Amino acid sequence: MYKLPFEEINKLFEAVSLNTALYVPVKKNDTVVYEKYSENTIYAYDELNTVKSAKDFFFPQVQDIAQFKLRGKSIEIINNEEDYESFAVFGVRACDAKSFEILDKVFLAEPADPYYKERREKGVIITAACEKPDEVCFCTAFGIKPWEPSGDVSVWISGGYIYWQANTQKGLELTGKIKDIFNACEENEIEYFKAQIKNICGKLPFGNLDLKYFKETDEKDIFSSSVWDEIYKGCLGCGTCTFVCPTCQCYDIRDFDNGKTVERFRCWDSCMYSDFTKMAHGNPRKTQKERFRQRFMHKLKYFPMNNEGIYSCVGCGRCVRSCPQKLNIVKVAEAFSHD
Amino acid sequence: MTESLIPSVGVVTEIRIDTPDVKTFRVVGRNGKKCFNHMPGQCAMLSVPGVGEAMFSITSSPTNTEFMEFSIKKCGCLTNWLHMIEKGQEILIRGPYGNHFPVERELKNKDLLFIAGGIGLAPLRSVINYVRDNREDYGKIDIVYGSRSKDDLVDYQEIINEWTADKDVSVYLTIDRDQEGWDGHVGFVPSYVKELDFDTDKTVLLCGPPVMIKFTLQGLIEMGFDKAQVYTTMELKMKCGVGKCGRCNIGSKYVCKDGPVFRCDDLEELPDEY
Repeated sequence: MYKLPFEEINKLFEAVSLNTALYVPVKKNDTVVYEKYSENTIYAYDELNTVKSAKDFFFPQVQDIAQFKLRGKSIEIINNEEDYESFAVFGVRACDAKSFEILDKVFLAEPADPYYKERREKGVIITAACEKPDEVCFCTAFGIKPWEPSGDVSVWISGGYIYWQANTQKGLELTGKIKDIFNACEENEIEYFKAQIKNICGKLPFGNLDLKYFKETDEKDIFSSSVWDEIYKGCLGCGTCTFVCPTCQCYDIRDFDNGKTVERFRCWDSCMYSDFTKMAHGNPRKTQKERFRQRFMHKLKYFPMNNEGIYSCVGCGRCVRSCPQKLNIVKVAEAFSHD
Repeated sequence: MTESLIPSVGVVTEIRIDTPDVKTFRVVGRNGKKCFNHMPGQCAMLSVPGVGEAMFSITSSPTNTEFMEFSIKKCGCLTNWLHMIEKGQEILIRGPYGNHFPVERELKNKDLLFIAGGIGLAPLRSVINYVRDNREDYGKIDIVYGSRSKDDLVDYQEIINEWTADKDVSVYLTIDRDQEGWDGHVGFVPSYVKELDFDTDKTVLLCGPPVMIKFTLQGLIEMGFDKAQVYTTMELKMKCGVGKCGRCNIGSKYVCKDGPVFRCDDLEELPDEY
């Protein structure tokens, strides 16, 4: 472990960005977003999290697939030549760091998604411990420790210092290139800080979210529960929850005719949308109830069934903050725990 | 292995008009050879740039080494477009996707009962011809096929000229309502299957409209068949074909990857959302 006076954090950013493109959370128009580091970048260290998750770095909202040129009856395929640059994302929270492991189970499962795989290999994740988890955070319900975030490198900002610890080979390599800027430090200097975070987490209202019902009940029984008949009712089908969610990975494949070629791309999609499963001959999810049910069944039952019991939720709280109707996974879990 | 979602070019070399709303398209690669190999029951993504991309069952048998065929009913945007194209048109194709009928395992040496309704013959035709081409590996073959009218029987000529000519293959055709020039059976598939009173030791391959599947399966159970003896093939909206785009699931199973072929007892374990 190394440390650096926090006021010199830009020295750290400079050093990292000399080696690789660097993205840092910044405040912009009252929200927090990732921005490519430049000398004017001001790291929003006191903001809890970015409005969208960090999944864009590996699973961008739009991914070009190919272009097609039509001439008479023939089609010419033009493959997109894409350069995948190496990059580092700084300040990723423990919840989002865990979400990459969940996305890996989808995109790296055979046959792997080449776009995701390439970005995953090129990216270094630098996580930051959460100094102040807030009342909508519930990552601890999924066994995540915001005082000990995973990632290639973990940092802690405490007592006027930033502490740096490499966890993986990628993290060690990056550290090796920049370590001249750091001071040495004792391993136990931040134990008290970690204990403080742990203490806050113990008091969070949703931190012990009860998922026993989903774990122990048969998928068909949860599916046919009458709880769904009521709980979906406020849902507007706007899809905001899926777009801010770090683990939502559904996508669409679409064509755009630009007049010269047809561009095929994939983009984020949402199971909350009415046309998500609509076919020429009908739609198996006819009302918002079925779509709402699908989203939560997927995260709390279907995904764990296929992935050794791991839930497809990391408790980041974004859906709790973003839903215009104040519906969210916490309300769903709680409704069933009283069932 | 990776899946880039990038299709390759396929050339439509023949278009056969089967019924008023079904055409069968013969597709090869630009080099004149088959685009890829498949197993009976597997599917392919066909697309027309700017129009759409959708999953279709491969109608031809893997034993056909020259080309692939797709029997496609006109019912949406892409299929309407496909019905308007002419011979020589290039389309896009990727695949094969999904599992297949267990022709090398569970179906081997069994007496097979194929039951199809309407365009539901399309995926079964691949298995029927595969089994006919490997005749010594399978027992007796019975085929029950029904549609709205005589004109709606897909690929009637092959059925009449080839299937009925095979020894050890019995073909039972039926149409919903009587019509001139038809001296065969009249009535719905589920009741015809019951009338035919098959031995219950057969393995059944069933495909058709959802309501036909439902009532046929019900009838088979009443006749003494077990759901574990019946295989069917499913269809839901798909985008990727490899279990990642997230929309073709029935409960925890993805039709594109875990299906499209399901044994009916396994299907019964899943939530009723298809």
